[in-house]
Amino acid sequence: MDETSRPDLSVWRQRTADSLVAGSVTRLADGRYDVRFRLWDVVRGQDLGGQSYTVPQADLRLASHRIADYVYEKLTGDKGIFSTRIAYITKAGGRYTLWVADADGENAQAALASPEPIISPVWSPNGGQLAYVSFESRKPVVYVHSVANGQRRLVANFKGSNSAPAWSPDGNTLAVTLSRDGGSQLYSIPATGGEPRRLTQSSAIDTEPTYSADGSTIYFTSDRGGSPQIYKMGASGGAPARVTFSGSYNISPSVSPDGRWLAYISRVGGAFKLHVMELASGTVTALTDTSADESPSFAPNSKLIVYATQLQGREALMTTTLDGKIKARLAGKAGDIREPDWGPFQKQ
Amino acid sequence: MLSRSSISIASLAIAALIAGCSSGTKLNEAPVSNAGAGAGGTGGSASGVAPVTIDPNAQTREGPVGVARIVYFDFDSYTIKPEFQSLIDGHARFLKANPSRRISIEGHTDDRGGREYNLALGQKRSEAVRRALTLLGVSDAQIEAVSFGKEKPAVQGTGEDAWAQNRRAEIVYR
Repeated sequence: MDETSRPDLSVWRQRTADSLVAGSVTRLADGRYDVRFRLWDVVRGQDLGGQSYTVPQADLRLASHRIADYVYEKLTGDKGIFSTRIAYITKAGGRYTLWVADADGENAQAALASPEPIISPVWSPNGGQLAYVSFESRKPVVYVHSVANGQRRLVANFKGSNSAPAWSPDGNTLAVTLSRDGGSQLYSIPATGGEPRRLTQSSAIDTEPTYSADGSTIYFTSDRGGSPQIYKMGASGGAPARVTFSGSYNISPSVSPDGRWLAYISRVGGAFKLHVMELASGTVTALTDTSADESPSFAPNSKLIVYATQLQGREALMTTTLDGKIKARLAGKAGDIREPDWGPFQKQ
Repeated sequence: MLSRSSISIASLAIAALIAGCSSGTKLNEAPVSNAGAGAGGTGGSASGVAPVTIDPNAQTREGPVGVARIVYFDFDSYTIKPEFQSLIDGHARFLKANPSRRISIEGHTDDRGGREYNLALGQKRSEAVRRALTLLGVSDAQIEAVSFGKEKPAVQGTGEDAWAQNRRAEIVYR
């Protein structure tokens, strides 16, 4: 059966399938591959269309991701995330590596290897660069790193610690945490480096900035109220408003691109657990039954969250749906694996 | 009044000098052999001395001898406990006496909690040590306070034993 077949859908209905994909992969004379498929709605007996791709062997995996995106979009109405990438960090044998992988964790390629820790990788809005914190010079500093050619630029090396980079949605600005004026405070700097502009004015810890998708708001972690909670403020600074109210330790905010959800980590009875808040109502849901969750990051279609956790004593990356019902463990490189960040949709 | 014996010695000395002169060796050209300091020297390697210049940058990164370098902290705290005051005093004295010396103070936390929040907590610890030093008169220009958060534990493992050894600020001379 391939993309030209007219399948007997009653057979598939008996097998309780809702949908059917059939296709073919043909090797061409020039060494490339011709990949074709057709999607069927088994229940209604309808042809939902198909695509064909001509790709070099190295892009066969990408072609299958694009098929998955097509199927997902036809069946759910939402954009698929199977062709997107994630970044994550492993620690193995005293070495730290920053990886770029497919969204399922496979096909990982090393972007940076270092004998000193790397933390807080974040994708630029166009998916071409990663900002991250490196300890290679015995203090935390922020680099912006072009993934395709490995060129990188040191954008924050002010006196003291430099950390927690976050990209503005237009890609021109980074919000960062700097200790240059004492304490840990939020500043914005041009993404190419330059003079910082201070955004927060407190004597507390203000850190972990993250922009809303429309660029108007920065969510961040602050312990100005006595314990770490999540706040929001205008992207140019201004009076922050508290967002989390239950629990005494709420950190690591990540806002969904559609603006509806806030994912974060809450310490509950000593365990660190992923929670999601519906921003319109303030309703909070715990999503996991693990106890060492870290670093949540939304998929660009706002339907999934990737996070780091510990399973059977080893660090692992997981994805979850927003209701917590479907979870998957990502394939990944060996070693302790942490700090995932989900990249954007990329132009085809 | 010179004694008879000293006159004799003096006479001998004068006689020796005159004898040296008459042998044809001029005094001011007398060769200086085995005298060391041989820039250009005699070529005799037994006498050579290689000059050494102390490079101020290569000066060994030591601080005050016999003073501990690590301040430990209680859980969730960046208060310097009284038992570490003499450590602070020792480094303050050294830094004030050696105003060209610089230190990094590296703050750390135990492994519980988020990475970036712990980076900021470690920063509070290193800044507490910096403040204690500047209160004693050390110049701020001699100090950079940074944090490693939970990324560089001194001791692996869970439990209060390991955690207590990781909640610290380390003074590192540059």
